[in-house]
Parts: sequence; structure tokens; C-alpha cells
Amino acid sequence: MAASGVVLTPLQRFFAQRQAKVGVALTATIVALALIGPLLLPWATGYTATEFADQPFRLTGPFGTDNLGRDVLSRFLSGGLTLITLALLATAVGIIVGMIFGTVAAYTGGTVDSILMRANDVLLAIPQLVFALLAVTVLGPQGWVLVMVLGLTHAPRVARVTRSAALNVINEDYIAAAEMYAVPRWRIIVREILPNITGPLTVEAGLRLTYSIGGIASLSFLGLGLQPPAPDWGLMINENRIALAVQPWGVMLPVLVIALLTIGTNLIADSIARTFASTKVSEA
Amino acid sequence: MTPQKTTPRRGAKTRTGSGAPMVEGSAWHTRVAADAPVLEVEDLEISTTAAPTQVIVSGVDLSLRPSEILALVGESGSGKTTVALAVLGHFREGLHRTAGSVTLHASTLVDPVEMTALDREVRRGLRGSRVAYIPQDPASSLNPSMRVGEQIREVLDIHAYGDDDAARAERVRDVLREVGLPDDDAYQRRWPHQLSGGQQQRIGIAMAFAMHPDVLVLDEPTTGLDVTTQALVLDTVRDLTIKHRVAALYITHDLAVVNEIADRVMVMQRGEVVEVGPVEQVLHDPQHPYSRTLIAAVPDLAGRNKIWEFEQRRRAGEFDPAEADDEPAESTANEPGTGGKEARVEVNEPARTTEAAHDDGVTLSIEDLRVAYGSNKVLKGIDLELQPAQTTLLLGESGSGKTTMARSIAGLNANWTGTIRHRGEALERSTRRRAAQQRKAIQYVFQSPYSSLNPRRTLEQSLSVPLEMTGEMTARQRRERVGDALDAVRLGREFARRRPGDLSGGERQRAAIARALVNMPEVLVCDEITSALDVSVQASIIDLLVRLREERGMTMLFVTHNIALARHIASRVAVLQQGVIVDEGTTEEILTNPTADYTKELLENAPDL
Repeated sequence: MAASGVVLTPLQRFFAQRQAKVGVALTATIVALALIGPLLLPWATGYTATEFADQPFRLTGPFGTDNLGRDVLSRFLSGGLTLITLALLATAVGIIVGMIFGTVAAYTGGTVDSILMRANDVLLAIPQLVFALLAVTVLGPQGWVLVMVLGLTHAPRVARVTRSAALNVINEDYIAAAEMYAVPRWRIIVREILPNITGPLTVEAGLRLTYSIGGIASLSFLGLGLQPPAPDWGLMINENRIALAVQPWGVMLPVLVIALLTIGTNLIADSIARTFASTKVSEA
Repeated sequence: MTPQKTTPRRGAKTRTGSGAPMVEGSAWHTRVAADAPVLEVEDLEISTTAAPTQVIVSGVDLSLRPSEILALVGESGSGKTTVALAVLGHFREGLHRTAGSVTLHASTLVDPVEMTALDREVRRGLRGSRVAYIPQDPASSLNPSMRVGEQIREVLDIHAYGDDDAARAERVRDVLREVGLPDDDAYQRRWPHQLSGGQQQRIGIAMAFAMHPDVLVLDEPTTGLDVTTQALVLDTVRDLTIKHRVAALYITHDLAVVNEIADRVMVMQRGEVVEVGPVEQVLHDPQHPYSRTLIAAVPDLAGRNKIWEFEQRRRAGEFDPAEADDEPAESTANEPGTGGKEARVEVNEPARTTEAAHDDGVTLSIEDLRVAYGSNKVLKGIDLELQPAQTTLLLGESGSGKTTMARSIAGLNANWTGTIRHRGEALERSTRRRAAQQRKAIQYVFQSPYSSLNPRRTLEQSLSVPLEMTGEMTARQRRERVGDALDAVRLGREFARRRPGDLSGGERQRAAIARALVNMPEVLVCDEITSALDVSVQASIIDLLVRLREERGMTMLFVTHNIALARHIASRVAVLQQGVIVDEGTTEEILTNPTADYTKELLENAPDL
């Protein structure tokens, strides 16, 4: 009933929320830092100046050096890119695999649905981090292993969300119409179902990204991610925690950005969820 | 000010807002005795709050006297619900009152109150007690996890009815009896899902009447109900408003219901009142051109109303006179049942059906069709034949199995047994197993136009699907065919790029019909396709179907619960009751000389103007 000028596009409704603006600003800043950081290094990341070891606010960068005499700022600026890339890839793997299983289970129904979902429950019962530790220990601490392991542990969670979203769509008559015209089943999934569950999937993707960042950082902290001397935020926390009292920056900087980044992505995910929720209200 | 405690009977001792006793001879009593209005709406204007401001409702004046039922009619979007909610002092989000007033002369208050300007708490005290609301869908308005007795009791508790628990318990029993339901504890302990739709709606009515309200707002309370149940509910409402001297505002788009229940009618169009008057006068001698067309759009059992006129008039301004002129003439001659001109139709029939004439015999024959869900037998051996180029009306109430039958024919559910033959050839149960030619030949239109089109795809994308699946056409040919179909349903090919979200319900249903037409089907199965639509839109859809059948010689199965549509669209009628066809024959036979008791009952209960 409202005039077309009054109706906001989903994007406008998204940015109408303050938390969305904050989330986007936080995420964008940190991603920019991680992307541009490696180009602005004051010192090479592997540069060691033993005489300055454990000396905050001296000569090198404004944040001093770590216990090996490496410049903290340099390592900090170049340590984010791998974390963010791996987190994005892990999220993508989780979403794609989960989405496929979720829609297939919902659309096929019956025994297939039961088997897939019970298998899903079993996978959900395995703690994410324990599974990751096991896999990395067996396969070695490589980037693709981290991505696959985290992605696959996300997949059952994504599958569950996708399935419940798809179940609502499957009862719509346009699915029955497509059935009636004997449209191939994969095409019904791709054309009729998936476009109508992008809302919940986007929300889930945001949430999974948040968990991926945390997950990759945790694995790096445990020494199962990138190996020294490569610069990495998670690894930095571990390397510098022994000197936390005398040289806090080596720990503080990576902790701060990881926290802000997860807060940012989480705010975005939440704002997307609210955007779709308000769409539903206005259509009702 | 907090909600005041009220005593039940009118004229009895009642406490007022200021605490003064309300007794016979008081200001309030004199006013009601003289039948002064209990509700006055003056020059009400409601607009959107967001810029640019848009006026949704303007210049609405109405007054309601005790025992009076004023029907508010209009199409969707005419603003009738907005007005009704304003009476409750409520505006949907994004709307607010920009002018005028809604004055309530509540029986518990000395001074009239302005509903839209009241303090929240006071307004809440008045809602449900002085001004009650009966919503459209009883199933979703009752709390599913609360026993029905408790739900009525809750209203009394909130408004502090009576002096003690015993008085409230007694009132719950009273009001249950008043709405014609059992008042025993066992019934009160039932959950909403254990009641039928009609019983649920009567619980809703009981909740509304529990506090002896002064004004009642009813928002299409019988829309989802069968005619028989509807008649019962209408009787209950009518009796109670008279007995308790309640003024009612009855929102509906069903003019037959108006005729049954209302004293006066107010017709709204695009947020403005176009006509007000006594029911007799407005329904039988409407003055405003819009009311005239709206009333003409109502299907009637006798088939006298030229329901296509609505479409003509609506289009009159948009089309060149030549086209507008020849259309009525053509339709009059071809309307299957215009005023019992069956003979003439029969004469015309062969001429118009030459295309299908080479196919002697039936287009579709159904033998011993049975469907069961577990032990629940939905269809118990259906035999029916669809004659070429004729429309058969499949009539049944909800739960009769009519949709199951339609879906079985279309191959949408595969759990049936029996035989369905298309031109003598037995059809596979599921549509995926049927030959492409058979899939093309039988098309199905869904009931709800809000669910049958993918909201994310353009009409062109959705409408191309049936053509893509036959794989006989190039992309360009498909575009052309989709455009033709959109033209045929009078949307126009410029709709191809639009998405369902931009379309009205009627437009969506036309698009859905167009999707069924792109493959040039022989048989069109229409499952309650007009039940979700306004009567005026229904009229134009019916008109469209009649025309399409004539132009293309299509065989149609028109599934509906509305017997009044029979003469407007169908030449044959089959009556379905609990999975059995109880009556079948030509429209004329069934309507004038029904054999089954059930058909007779349906004919008697059919509300008519």
C-alpha cells in the first residue's frame, strides 16, 4: 500500500541499522589493514636485531620488538592476510557443502532426509577444535588442511540451517508447479529453492565467517597453523605471550584485531538477519 | 486512569470513569435510550508517516447505533481494514491519523472519548471490553497452547469482570451458551486444535462478547468457513448484536454476507467512501457507478448478474470504444448460463468447438479414483467424464477431497489408484512419468496466486519453464509465446520483465493462468483459483476463463466451493461430498432439480443478494 518511494531496498534497510554501519566499518578497516599492511612494512618481518630484544618503544617500530628482536609492527601488519584468506575459504567450503546436503535432504525427504540428518547429528556431536587438532596432526599443518577441516566442521551446521529454510520453500506451490512441468530436480534446487533461501544462508555465512576467524586464529595459536618464522596473528599471540608483562604489544595488537574483526563480522551477520526479519514483517 | 470494573448488564448499576454510579436516568442511559450513536467517525483521514506522505483513507464519516450492523465493503486496498482498526484506536505501522476523529460513547464512561488520542493504558482498557474485535482467521488468533475456556476467561480477568472468580466462571459458561457451544468443563478444557473452524470462530466471538462490548469490529470473520458454517456464525453474530444492543462494524468483501447480516452498507474505493445507505437500497439500487459495478460482479445462483461487466467498465477508460463495445455483446451470447439461456448456448456450442470436434468422445475420463492417506480415505471411488470444450464445475466444501482430485488429475500427487484416461489413454500417476504430450495437454492452475509464482524470478522466466521442458522451441519463440500468453490473459507482454512482488493478487493469478496457457493445453484444471481474490477480480478472471474456453475450445475443470459461480462458468456440475460424487449433471439440472440432499442443502445455504 505504501508508495514505492517509501519502500526501502534490502540494502538500504541493512544500512539503516547503526550496528550494520559499525560492523561494516570495523570489518573493512581490519581487512584493509591486512591487505595493505604488507606493503607498509618498516622492517622485514624476519629482521632480527638482537640488541633491541624485549625493548618496547625503541628504535624499530613504535611497538618495539619481540623476544627474538623482530619488529612487532612489521609482523603485525603482515600477519593478517593469511588468517582472513583461510577464514574466507573455510567459510566458503562450509557453506557450499552444507548447502548441498541441506537442500538435497529437504527436497528429497523421506529416508534420504533421515539418513543425512542423523549423520549430521553425529558430526555435530564431534567438537570442532578436537576434530581439527586430529586432522592437522595427521595431515600436517598446511593451509588447505585448515580450510578443509574448518569448512567440513561448519558444513553440518550450515546443512541444518539450509534444510529448515528450504523446507519452508518446498511447500510453496511454485515448487509443485516446477514438479508438474517435470523440471529436473537439480534445476528445481538451483533455480527455485536456492534463490529463495539466500537470506538465511547469508546470515549463516556471516556467522560461519566469524567462527572461521576464531578457529583459524586458535589453530595458529596452538602452533597448528602457519609455522614460524611466518608472521601470523594467531601465532604472534603464542610467540609473545611469554613476554606479556614486559612487552604487551606483541600480544595486544593481534588479540585486538582478531576480536574487532569477529565483532565486525558478527554485527554484519546479525544486521543481515534483522534485515530479512523486517522484510517478512512488512510482507505479512 | 485505569480500566474500570464494569458490571455486566446494560442499565444495571455501572461504575463510570469518574467513579460516579451509572444508573437509570443518568446521562449515558438517556443517550442510549434515545439510540444515539455509540460510535462516531468524523472526516477521518489516515496517511503514511514516512515522507512522501500518502493519504490512505480520507473523509470517512460513519456513525453506529446500538444493535446496528454496518457493513464496510470494498476491494483489497480500499482502506476498509485501516478504518476498522482506527475504530479500535489502532494504526498499522507507518500509518497515522492526520485529520478527523473517532469518538466512542462507552457505556462505562460519562464523557465520550477520542479513540485515536487516548492514553495507551486507557485505550487498552477499552479494547476488548468496550470495543471488541473479531479477527479473520480464528485458527491463528487463538493461542494454540491455551485451553479455549481459559482464553475466554483471560479476557474477563484482564478487564476485571464481575466481583469474584465465580462470577467470571459463570460468565464464561453464559457466553459459550450464547454462541451456541457446549458450556461444560470438558468442552472448556479443549485445545483450539480440537475444534472445527466454525467452532474456533465462535470461541473468537465468545471472547469478543464476553465483556458485553458496546462496539464490535468484525474483520471478514467468515471468510475461511463453509457456507453452512458461515450461515451459523452469521446467525450467532446477528442474534447477539440485537440481544445485547451491540453496534457492529462488519468488514467484508462478500456482498451476499452483507445482504444476510447488515442493516446499512458503506462502500469504499481507494480510501474514500463512495456510497452509504440501507442494505436494500445499496444492493438493489446502487447510486454510485462503482457500487453498481461491484454489485454486478457478484456471482448469483440464477446467473443473472453480468459479472463480466465489472471488467468492461474497469477497462472502458483504457481501451478504444470499438473493442469495449463488441465485448459485452459477444460475452452475452456465449455466457453458458445467462438467465437460463441454456438452449441458446447449446446452439452456439458446436460452432465454437469445431477445433475439438474431431475428437469424438470424452477428453478426460476418471474411473474409480481413490486416494487414501493412511486410514483416512479422501476419495472413495470417483467416476467423472469431462466433455470436450466444456467446463465442469467441481463443487465441494473444504475437506471434501476436491483439491486432492484436481491434483491427482494433474499428476501432482501420485498416491491414487484407479484410472484417469486422456483421450482414451490411461495416464501415469505422477506427472514426471507422463509423456511430454500429456503433460502439455493437461494444465493446472493453483489456488493461491501468492504462492504459485517464484518471487525471485520474472514472469518471463517462470512462464518459459513449461516451454523449456517440452524443448520444442528456441529462446526467441518462447519469448514470443510467453508474450502471447500474457496478452491472452490481458496483462500485456510488457509484464514479462516484472516479478510477482510488483503484482496484485488478480494480476498474479492472471500470470499463473498464462503459465498454464503457454503450452496450448486441451484441459485446464483450475483449483479454487478465485477464492483468494476480490469479487471484482474474480469476475474478471471468470470472464477471462469463459473467453479462453471459447477461443481455444479448452476443456475445463473448475474446482470451487462457491455454488453461485455455476451458471457463470460451467455447463456441467459435479458435487463432491466427503470423497464421493453425490450429484452430477448439467448446470441446469443440478441447480433446478438436485437429486442429492447435500446439493439441496448447499443451494439453500448459498447466500444470495
